[in-house]
Amino acid sequence: MKEPVIKLVDVVKDFGNQRILDHVNLEIFPGRTTVIAGGSGQGKSVTLKLILGLLKPDSGEILVKGHDVSAMGRRELNEIRSIFGVLFQGAALLDSLNVFDNVALPLRERTKLSREEIRERVINTLVQLGLVGHDEKFPAQLSGGMKKRVGLARALQLQPEIMLFDEPTTGLDPEKTREIYQLFFETQRKFGYTSVIVSHDIPKVFNLADQVVVLNNGRLVSFDKPEEIQLCEIPEIQSFVKATMGHLYRSSDVE
Amino acid sequence: MIFKFIENIGGAALYHLRDLGRMGVFLFGALLGVFKTPFRFRAVVGQIREIGANSLGVIFFTAAFTGMVLGLQGYYTLRKFGSEGMLGSAVSLSLLREMGPVLTALMVTGRAGSAMCAEIGIMRNSEQLDALECMAVDPFRYLITPKFIATLISIPLLTMIFNVVGIFGGYLAGVKMLGVNPGAFFSGMESSVVNEDISMGIIKSLVFAILIVWICTGRGYFVDKIEGAGFGAEGVSRVTTQAVVLSSIMILIWDYILTAMLL
Repeated sequence: MKEPVIKLVDVVKDFGNQRILDHVNLEIFPGRTTVIAGGSGQGKSVTLKLILGLLKPDSGEILVKGHDVSAMGRRELNEIRSIFGVLFQGAALLDSLNVFDNVALPLRERTKLSREEIRERVINTLVQLGLVGHDEKFPAQLSGGMKKRVGLARALQLQPEIMLFDEPTTGLDPEKTREIYQLFFETQRKFGYTSVIVSHDIPKVFNLADQVVVLNNGRLVSFDKPEEIQLCEIPEIQSFVKATMGHLYRSSDVE
Repeated sequence: MIFKFIENIGGAALYHLRDLGRMGVFLFGALLGVFKTPFRFRAVVGQIREIGANSLGVIFFTAAFTGMVLGLQGYYTLRKFGSEGMLGSAVSLSLLREMGPVLTALMVTGRAGSAMCAEIGIMRNSEQLDALECMAVDPFRYLITPKFIATLISIPLLTMIFNVVGIFGGYLAGVKMLGVNPGAFFSGMESSVVNEDISMGIIKSLVFAILIVWICTGRGYFVDKIEGAGFGAEGVSRVTTQAVVLSSIMILIWDYILTAMLL
């Protein structure tokens, strides 16, 4: 089996007196899709921020390609972050820039491409993601679904090896949710990135998952197949399953 | 009870120490950004327009009326001693050494400092700063340093403009309205103002510029780490108010310190 591209080793994270992650271990393998599920406030987004080095753990190691991000300085962090693309919950577009400039931002700041090359790449991405004609609009003029698409377009500009999605469908209607998952499916097939999805959108997101991990009271339980969750005997996970999954979901249903 | 009291004092002391450390590292990062290449010329020019050029109106009116009030007050005070001819000297020295740098800094704090704090605070709350970091774009070089450079350029220039407009305000009130001899007004000014008065004003304006941009951008940057500020829009609004109040107080404190040092 390949080496894990991301590995959390015995990670502990407290906020004040509250323990958010309690000796968490997790391995994420290249090219696979890992879904991190769990109720609100269970530390799902915190896990993503730890992987990105935006937060430091109180103890434990967070290894990305074998390097501990929690022990890195700013320069090393910048280097390791260049392999990530992130789609934030609210898309986190720079609201003073229009769609074109938002998507072009990583290319302008991180590459030495000419103005014309940047223009061509941005336009190509906007076409692929169905954003043609919206390039002059500002984030405040976009719908929630459109913002996510722009966020995805921006995240894909530097052709990341790992994509992190923080609640990618929160606040979207079912049709837009389906659109986002379709985009996700197409872009992953095209770029072949490893993906980590934090989501409440259960069981829909399981369509995409190779591995599902559930965070519960600071502990992490890992499942290789989505339906294993329903067979789990941990009471908290059973109650989470009952609250979120209406029917037994089989990975064999997935095309 | 007593233990709780001591615990609270200790907690507050530790919080302020951490806060000061954070702000110190922030200042270092922002100043370090000045030396990072490539230089963000367009961003700096944009910020000079925002902080400097867009403040011209408020600076012009404040300076004109401050100069006129100084002219009026100075005239009636000097007349008691038969020294109306010293009005030019009194108005220009008051403006160059004190009123110009201090009032310009206070006006810029209210107009541009609050805007900087709110802008960065909103960016922090909406994860825009996190997004920059995730794209390996240094938020200091991209966002904070251009504001530092622009403020350091704009405030001394605005102070000079304030001084000139203020002196003409004093001239208008003293000479045109109250009949002071124009020759006496200008010759009094020429004989009493020395280079040190002008350099004192410039030094003050540079120090005030650092204080304003440091406090306002820094509070916005750490909006999520400020105890008791609250969250979301309310948090940003409280922190912006705090930043403006703190900047204004620091300007007055440092005005005293610099005056004592430079006189």
